[in-house]
Parts: sequence; C-alpha cells; structure tokens
Amino acid sequence: MSSPPNVSSGQGQDGSLLRSSDAPDPTQSRLPVTTDDTSTGGDRQASLWSDAWRQLRRNPIFIVASMLLLVLAVMAAFPQLFTNTDPRSCDLANSRGGPGTNGAWFGYDLQGCDYYANVIYGARVSMTIGVFVVGSSLFIGVVLGALAGFYGGWFDSLMSRITDIFFGLPLILGAILLLNAFTGERGTFQVGLALIAFGWMTILRLLRSSVISVKAADYVQAARALGANDWRIITTHILPNAIAPVLVYATILIGGVIAAEATLSFLGIGLQLPAISWGLQINGARNFVRTSPYLLLIPSAFLSATVLCFIMLGDALRDALDPKLR
Amino acid sequence: MADLTKSVTAPALRPTVPGSHLLEVDDLSVEFRTDYGTVRAVNALSYHLDNGETLAILGESGSGKSVSAQAIMGIIDTPPGYITSGQIRYQGRDLLTMDKAEQRAMRGAEIAIVFQDALSALNPVFTVGAQIAEMFQVHRGTSKKEALAHAAELMDRVRIPSAKSRLKDYPHQFSGGMRQRVMMAMALALDPKVLIADEPTTALDVTVQAQIMELLLNLQAENGMGLILITHDLGVVGEVADRVAVMYAGRIVETGGIHEVFGSPAHPYTVGLMNSVPRVDQRGQRLSPIIGSPPNLADIPPGCSFHPRCPRAEVACREERPPLREIVLGRQAACHFAEEILDA
Amino acid sequence: MGRYIARRLLLTIPVLLGSTFLIFAMVYALPGDPIAALAGDRPLAPGVVAELKDRYNLNDPLLVQYGKYLGALLQGDLGTDFAGRSVSETVAERLPVTVKLALVAVGFEALIGLIAGVLAGIRKDSFFDNLVLVTTIAVVSVPVFVLGFVAQITLALRLNLFPISGIGEGLYSYLLPGFVLGSLSLAVVARLTRTSLVENLRNDYVRTARAKGLPPRTVLAKHALRNSLIPVVTFLGADLGALLSGAIVTEGIFNIPGLGRTVFQAVQSGEGAVVVGVVTLFIFFYIVFNLVIDIAYAALDPRIRYE
Ligand SMILES: Nc1ncnc2c1ncn2[C@@H]1O[C@H](COP(=O)(O)OP(=O)(O)OP(=O)(O)O)[C@@H](O)[C@H]1O
Ligand code: SF4
Ligand SMILES: [Mg+2]
Repeated sequence: MSSPPNVSSGQGQDGSLLRSSDAPDPTQSRLPVTTDDTSTGGDRQASLWSDAWRQLRRNPIFIVASMLLLVLAVMAAFPQLFTNTDPRSCDLANSRGGPGTNGAWFGYDLQGCDYYANVIYGARVSMTIGVFVVGSSLFIGVVLGALAGFYGGWFDSLMSRITDIFFGLPLILGAILLLNAFTGERGTFQVGLALIAFGWMTILRLLRSSVISVKAADYVQAARALGANDWRIITTHILPNAIAPVLVYATILIGGVIAAEATLSFLGIGLQLPAISWGLQINGARNFVRTSPYLLLIPSAFLSATVLCFIMLGDALRDALDPKLR
Repeated sequence: MADLTKSVTAPALRPTVPGSHLLEVDDLSVEFRTDYGTVRAVNALSYHLDNGETLAILGESGSGKSVSAQAIMGIIDTPPGYITSGQIRYQGRDLLTMDKAEQRAMRGAEIAIVFQDALSALNPVFTVGAQIAEMFQVHRGTSKKEALAHAAELMDRVRIPSAKSRLKDYPHQFSGGMRQRVMMAMALALDPKVLIADEPTTALDVTVQAQIMELLLNLQAENGMGLILITHDLGVVGEVADRVAVMYAGRIVETGGIHEVFGSPAHPYTVGLMNSVPRVDQRGQRLSPIIGSPPNLADIPPGCSFHPRCPRAEVACREERPPLREIVLGRQAACHFAEEILDA
Repeated sequence: MGRYIARRLLLTIPVLLGSTFLIFAMVYALPGDPIAALAGDRPLAPGVVAELKDRYNLNDPLLVQYGKYLGALLQGDLGTDFAGRSVSETVAERLPVTVKLALVAVGFEALIGLIAGVLAGIRKDSFFDNLVLVTTIAVVSVPVFVLGFVAQITLALRLNLFPISGIGEGLYSYLLPGFVLGSLSLAVVARLTRTSLVENLRNDYVRTARAKGLPPRTVLAKHALRNSLIPVVTFLGADLGALLSGAIVTEGIFNIPGLGRTVFQAVQSGEGAVVVGVVTLFIFFYIVFNLVIDIAYAALDPRIRYE
C-alpha cells in the first residue's frame, strides 16, 4: 500500500494518443488533448533505422538467417576453409560412390569427384551471381527510379513504358532468349547479365513510387523552401526514406536470382560444365535419382537453404522496417 | 479532513433495485491482455440509463469511454479484451450471460451504436442502401426489396436529400456529415431503445457538428430512446445532457445531474476539466489545463488513481482508494474531500 | 470506363511493339547464325542456305525484317518453321495443353491457397497459422524445378500415385504438374489472403458489422472476406498470364507437349519463327490478362475510379 506515487507516462496505452484526432481548438470547448510534436524528416529516418536495428537484433529468424548467410559467404570466398579436396580431382573408380565411401561425406558424383567439395565450391557461383545481379539491378533501378519519380514528365513516361516492355518477359524466359543469343562461352558473367536484363524493373517501380510519396512530405518541401538543390534533396532527404521497401525486395530477390541461375543451368542454358554450380549438379543427377538420390538431394538442399535464408532475411527486414505490417 | 473510516467502509454504489432502469451497467471491468502487460481499461464501472434520458460520458482520451460502450454492444475482441466482472442489464436481463444468439438479436435492434468515424465504420465495397437494408434482412428476415424501401425511408428520416436515388451510392461518394447520417439511419433502423453515440461529431466540421447533434436530439425525442453520448465537447454536454458521468482511468469519478455537476463540481478532476475550457460566463479568466498526463492503464497508481495529478492530494489519497459515494442526494463522487470541494 | 479501356488499349500498343521487337532482336539480331545453328554440325549446301535466308528475310536489315514480320502477324500469320509447318498450327495444337495446365495450377492456388489463408487469418498466431507460415516459406524457397523433380520421383515414380510424364491419362495427368506449376503462387496466395484478412478484420467496418448483430459467419464471409479478396483475385489474374511461361520448366520436367516445351525446344534448335511467335503470344496473354484485371478491379472495389 505504500508504493511511491507513480508519475506515469502515456506509454503502454498503445495508440490512444494517436487515435484522438481532434487537436485542441481554443475556440471550441474541448477537453485538453496531449499531442506529440511531429518530428522532422531526419529524426524520422534516424529513428526508423535505429528502431529497425533494435528489433532485428532481437529477432531469432534474422539472427539465424544472417549467421547461415555469413557461413555461405565465407564458403563462397574461401572454400578451402571447408574442404582440402580439389573438386576437380576425380577418379572414375569412385563413380557414384554413396556418402561415406572412402570417408567422403557426401560420396562421389558420376565422374567420381568428391561431392562434398563440389557442393561447397558450388556456393561461389550462387553467391556471386546473386550479389552481382542484385547489386547491378539496384544500381539501375535506384538511379533511374529516383530520377523518374523525382522529375516525372517525359522521362518518367519513357521509363514506365520501358519497364512495361521488359515486364512482358518473365525472368526465366527472357534470360533463356538472351543467353541463347550469346555466342561463345556462357559463364557466370553472361548468366548474370541475362538475369540483370530482366530483373531490374521491380526495383525501379518500387523506388519510383516511394520517391513520389516521400516527395510530397513536409520535410522535403521544407528542404526545398530552404533552397537545397535537387541532388542534395534526393540523396539526403528522399532516398533514405524511400529505400526501405526496395531493400526488403532486393534481399528476397537475391534468393530469386540464385534460384533462377540454378534453373537456367539445370535447363542446360546457363552455366556449362566444367563450371561448378548447384543447378548443374542437379541436372547431372537427373538420370540417377533411383539409384543415387543423394546426388539430387544434397545440392537441392543447399540451394533451397540459401534461397530460404534470403527470404527469411527479407521477411525480418520487412517486419522491422514496417511495423504496421504485423 | 473528511472522515476516512466512514467513506472506506461505504459499499460501492449500485443501482438500488436491479431492473428498475432501462439499462444498468453494474461493476463492469474490462481488461486487455497485451504484450506490454494487462491494460485495465474499465474498472468496476456502474451507471444506469432510463427511457428518453441523455447520459453524457466525459473523460480524457484513454479513460475507457469507448471500451465500456463496446462492452455494452458485446463487440470487444477476445483476445486481447476480457470482461472480468460485472453485469450489463437491459430491461433487467444480463446481456453478458445470455446465449450468443439472443445477445446478437439485441445487438443493433434494441441497443445500437453510432461510431465516430463514419468513413471507416461503413464498408467501402457495399452501397449504403445495402448496408442499411442488411439490418432488416438479418433481424427481421425482410426481403431485399422491401428492406431497401425501408432503407430509403430511413435515409429520408435522417434528412439525406433525395434519399431514394442515393441508395445505390457508396460511402465514399458522401460528404462527412452525410456519411454520419447514414450511420445514424443504420443505427436507428430497428427503433432501438438505447442509442450509444461515441463521439458522433468529432470527425466533422464545426458547422456540420451542430446539425448532426440537432438531428440526433430530434430523433431521440421522436422515439423516446435513452441516449448515451460520449464526447469531449463540454459545451454540447451542458446543452443536451440530463446527467453526466465523468470517467478517469476506467472509473466514474463523479456523476449527477448536469446542472449540479457543472454548476459546482465535487471532484478535483471535474474541477480541472471545467477550468481547462473557456466558458462564456467566465470570460477573461485564465485557463488552467490539468497538469501531467493520463495514467498508464497497465500500471494504475494505487489509492486514488488521480492523486499524481491532483492539486488537492494528501497522503491518504495515495493509500486509500476513495469509493464512489453519494455526497448529496442524486450525486456521487469518488474523492475523500468531495464535501469540502462542494462547499468551497 | 469506356474511355479508360480505350486509353489502356492504346498504351498497350507501344508495349506490345516494344516487347515483340525485343524478342525479335534477341532471336535474330544478336551474333549467331540461325541457319548455321539449324544445320548444327552438318554443313548445308550454299543454295539451301540462300533459300532459307531469303525465306526468313535474313538478308534484310533488322528493322525491315521486323516490319515484314509484323505485317504478316497482323494478318494472323505467325510464319513457318524450318520444316515448313505453320507456327499457328503448332500453337493451335499445343496451346490447349498449356492452358489446361495453367488452369489446373490456378485452381490449386485458389482452392488450397485461399482456404489455408483464410483459416490462418481467422486464427492469427495459432498453431495452424504458424504451420501455414512455415510451409509457405519452405515452398517458396525450393526452386520449382527441384520441387517438380522431387515430386516426380516420390509421388509418381516411387509411390505410383500419378503418371510420371506425358498427358496420356487425361486430366489426371495434369494434376501433379499443375500442382508443381502453381506451388509457388499457391504459397503467395495463402500468405496474401492471410495478411489481407488479418488487416481487414481490424477494420472499423468489421466492428460495425458485429454491432449490427450479424452472425459471425456473415461478418467474416460477407464483410471481411469480400474486401480481403480484392488483392488476391488481382494476383490470381496476373498469375494466370505468368503461368504460361512458367510452364517452360514444368512441362520440361513432366514431358508435357505444351507451348512451354515447344518454345524451349525451339530456342535450342534455333527455330526463330517458333520462338518469336510463341513468346509474342505469351506477352499478348500477359497484357490482356492485366487489362482484364484492372477492369475487374473496378467491379470489386467501387472506390477505384478510372479517368
Ligand atoms: N484492442 C485493444 N487492445 C489493447 N488496449 C486497448 C484496446 N482497445 C482499447 N484499449 C485501451 O483501453 C484504454 C481505453 O480506451 P478507450 O478507447 O475506451 O478510450 P476513450 O476514453 O474512448 O478515449 P478517446 O477519447 O480517445 O476515444 C486505452 O488505454 C486503450 O489503449
Ligand atoms: S481523493 Fe485525493 S487525490 Fe483523489 S481526487 Fe480526491 S483529493 Fe485528489
Ligand atoms: Mg473513444
């Protein structure tokens, strides 16, 4: 009974402050209503990102996904850390030796190459293509999307039509056509280019529409009134506030691109042997699924897990950046 | 100093004979179990309403006005909301213990509600005609055609111009005031005996507010229903209400006839409310808003919940909760020093 | 409304022209000699090469080739393949197969996706909700060709529940490939429905519906669900267009003689006329479906106004 007087704040009554839309109006006889003073653009974005980071740090899904991706990244950069075996030193005598044969964890493939080493080295292609394609698409989409959204006019219309044209061709189909047109060798770079060519449009659209919605915000108008130039307004006021949905999408897109590369390689139109790619490994397993199912299952599991990690990361990012979605 | 021992032992005030009023809210408590703790939005709330009477409920944002209204309507979401005690008696029968179907039959037909924001309270993808007609179809089993004819009559009754031709319009095609009229037509469709108006004019322009209030009162006069008016607008309360109940932290802190309470408030919170708004009869006086912010309902201060903000608070206020007690015939207040404040 | 449709149709023209030109350029203009590709390792007689080049206008500049192709296209002529067979004939034969497959896929999406989404949405945070969440994420993560492959091996090959490949057993043989084709979108539909329903259940008008004394079932089915379905129906419509080309992988795995497999084989064998013709058709479907959806939107959501 003798607990000290509680000088409490309005916290905990979620939303009750926000919900009273009636501002105090001296001409009206109204009850006093506490209002929050609205903060500026800079504060808003700082708190958006720091709130997001605080929430991410506590999200187990985020932690697990980013740990796994870190392992995959190291695997891609330094496969030697994971295996001493050269994936290309093969011995036909070991052909399709199952897991455990001669101490090889994942057994041997058709050529008698160590499957574990091959699967480990396969991470490199996937991660490289994922980062290369999404990085380039981000660059194209963000630059063009920001310009289209900010300036509008003929440039915006032109960009809309061009994205429409590319949207007509789905990622895989477009990439098949383009890759088929490339003569000569089809390596990581070529496959990457084909995926960029048909993968950048959504980023442009997302960024364009968030730029348009941010552009009208008061703090941007204020910066304009203060005489900030376009470049400064775009880079310091608009982009930081418009980029969140794009980042969420781009994270998930990495997973999509990795799956697309594997699909193309599986179809025989992406990477070519002797490149090492999970898609090629799955293709190679086609005819032996009855007798050696591990040849299919192991690279499939690695591939799916990688895609899964990026999707979970994107989901966690979205939850953190857009609290009203949950 | 008031006689503390006496006030502490006085029982919480309840309607004398159950069933003697049209609607009786008795010892109602509602809590929300959230991730941030248990929010006690309504605590042992009791009041009553008679036929043709207007009861105004006043209180700061978050004091539990809407939640208590939703409890009466039976539309609190469980989870997170739970009614933890009390009865809500309509014509002597407890709504909370009725079976679900019976409860539903009351809802909208006997007791209806008008919400604050008609734009979001109406379904955007159905015509207003269909939404009003639904009342007749569901409760009376009326055919669609007939129900629409009733809907047109109702829209006429709430003075929507060329009602018939607007039956097929969608909510977004109406102005704010007209939408609120649609809401009212829907609420009044089955001639309810109790109408709860939860800040019916807050979302509207000042000029429209007056029209809607007037319409509401006319309609009340026409069919003699009891009206619970939840509002922030002391001016309106002074003009239209018969009785007033002032809520703080989910409790009633003062209630009584409108002239008595407004004329000489007996609770420091009511005094604060009166001083925080400009009044015609006290032009030139300085306004003094209530200092501090509303309590955290997940952690309500012990003793008198108002004590951290109360200019009159004494040590006793922190330790003993003042019960709501009769101070003068027909007037109740929950303050240890109510009599002194009244006499001052 | 009429004006809106007219304007949308007009806007469609440059997009169609642009997309077909894009395909055309990729198939004919980029380095690589389709005739040589056709011939493969066996060299063709110079006379034959010249005749073929002439027949396919390969000696003209690209734009002229494209112009001639468009001219023919407008008369409904999709050209002929190297074997002299009209592409329209091939399309007429293969299209129904792919359409059936796509419809089966959309059927699965709508049925399973919607039911799972609604059940998860009304019991937010329940065990079932989490189960749907985990399952959909897992399905989305497994690339379609892996899923198709694994499904074929386990359900068809091992358990003998479905035909392994081909369409010999009528509609029944479409079930497994249709499910695989629709799996990704099925997961999307489930999550979209769930999110949309949860959001709508929070809306004020749902509270109003309850305050009107409507039975819970009516509140859900009439007031909440109706609004939640708007984005889902939109997605399903757009997806039908995308499924046609998604069929490339699925038809390949299950050996289904539809347009997807046709176009893939044509790409590999350098049959430019077939590739351009079929892909143009895909794009045409895609654009038409999108237009239809935009218009259907108005029927579903009266707040949308077209001007
Ligand atoms: N669904 C809910 N979940 C959690 N807390 C809730 C919920 N609904 C209401 N509350 C809490 O209950 C308390 C009382 O809310 P209520 O809406 O009754 O206030 P009010 O008096 O109507 O205020 P206002 O004048 O702003 O309408 C608030 O603190 C609110 O945060
Ligand atoms: S009981 Fe004490 S704290 Fe509460 S209102 Fe009265 S004087 Fe103020
Ligand atoms: Mg309220």
